[in-house]
Amino acid sequence: MEKSEIKGFIAKRVAKELKDGDVVNLGIGLPTLVPHYLPEGVKVTLQSENGIVGTGTVTDENKDPLYVTDAGGAPAAVGPGGAFIDSCSSFGLIRGGHVDATILGGLEVDEEGSLSNWIIPGKKVPGMGGAMDLLVGAKNVIVAMEHTAKGNPKILKKCRLPYTAVHCITKIITEMGVINVTDKGLELVEYNPEFTVEQIQAATEATLIVSPDLKPMC
Amino acid sequence: MAKFVTVEEAVALIPDGATIMCGGFMGCGNAHKIIDALSKSGKGNFTLISNDGSMPGGPLGEDYYGVAKLIHNKQVKHLIATHVGLNPEVAQQMNEGTLKVDLIPQGSLAEMIRADGAGLGGVLTPTGVGTIVEDNKDFCLGKQTINGRDYLLMKTVHADVAIICGHKIDKAGNVWYKGTTRNFNLPMATAADLVIAEADQVVEIGEIEPENVHTYGVFVDYVVDGGKA
Repeated sequence: MEKSEIKGFIAKRVAKELKDGDVVNLGIGLPTLVPHYLPEGVKVTLQSENGIVGTGTVTDENKDPLYVTDAGGAPAAVGPGGAFIDSCSSFGLIRGGHVDATILGGLEVDEEGSLSNWIIPGKKVPGMGGAMDLLVGAKNVIVAMEHTAKGNPKILKKCRLPYTAVHCITKIITEMGVINVTDKGLELVEYNPEFTVEQIQAATEATLIVSPDLKPMC
Repeated sequence: MAKFVTVEEAVALIPDGATIMCGGFMGCGNAHKIIDALSKSGKGNFTLISNDGSMPGGPLGEDYYGVAKLIHNKQVKHLIATHVGLNPEVAQQMNEGTLKVDLIPQGSLAEMIRADGAGLGGVLTPTGVGTIVEDNKDFCLGKQTINGRDYLLMKTVHADVAIICGHKIDKAGNVWYKGTTRNFNLPMATAADLVIAEADQVVEIGEIEPENVHTYGVFVDYVVDGGKA
């Protein structure tokens, strides 16, 4: 697979996890591509933690960068039927289990379903923002990321960077496969036919349990 | 009843070395007129409680947007925030040892501020369990297990001065926020000894319907007309 195709490929597979009517929060980067690939008939309500429930499309007409932005400070919009809320309400929604899915990237994930993505001590200290709350509160936590970083595994036995949250991930989707986090460990449930199961395991530090119902990714 | 003052009078109310909270999210909803005047006041040594350090490069071509001006001018000695990644000067001043930064999860910080304003003694939240947030003893008092689930006990957060910004503020001090500017402005208006609000527009009583008041005038001590009417 060409490097340029990877992100779209992952986003397309992630989109199939969302159900009609879901309330969804998207992290920065790759996750923002997911809405482009929603299957026909599936409409989701996107939440932006700085204060929008039901985001819309930014146009030249509705653009209002002084008053309506997303969590990255970029111009955003509210969609029909949407609402503006304050930060306490927004995180009440998130922690209170009212968000069906959050989709975010990871620097490291591990066998215990824990995730590290907010700090590289001594190098990069951007802060956790809303990520810790989202991981703890969302019903489904989907990590959408490239399988390795510069050839090094990102799916580890145990995260080495400080955790964003522990025992929180539902599913990991990469260009190589789809992995469910279970009580027994990480279960490979779908594979990209461009790779063998052996190649996927070789790119993964954690031990993968191969599902008896293993299917090709589509 | 809220008093209407000039921006100069408002800045004069903010003591050197004060703990200040500024509503806003990446500059959106910052009280830009007051913060700009404060950034030129020569005052400093502030502890700043803010969601973030905002960012250089505002939407109107500002070199520094909102609270980023206070950080750029080195008026802040301690920043309590949730995310500082979009303002590189925060990391730079941290590395130089001139700025202390405490990072708190966003939902926790919002609720720690709200709890202070609501007279509660702390917040029990599942957010941050098992992470280094537990180790920050200035803010986290430990862990408790309730019905089998672990929670962190987080302290409340209070300020000497809250600087908030509303789109419309009526002559009784009632505030209506536009778009996503409500963010931290709403809880911060309840959690400081002195609350100074900037109004994009000052309106007559009744123009904000009682049902649509976001921050009640009883919380607001002073109002500055931002002059955007």
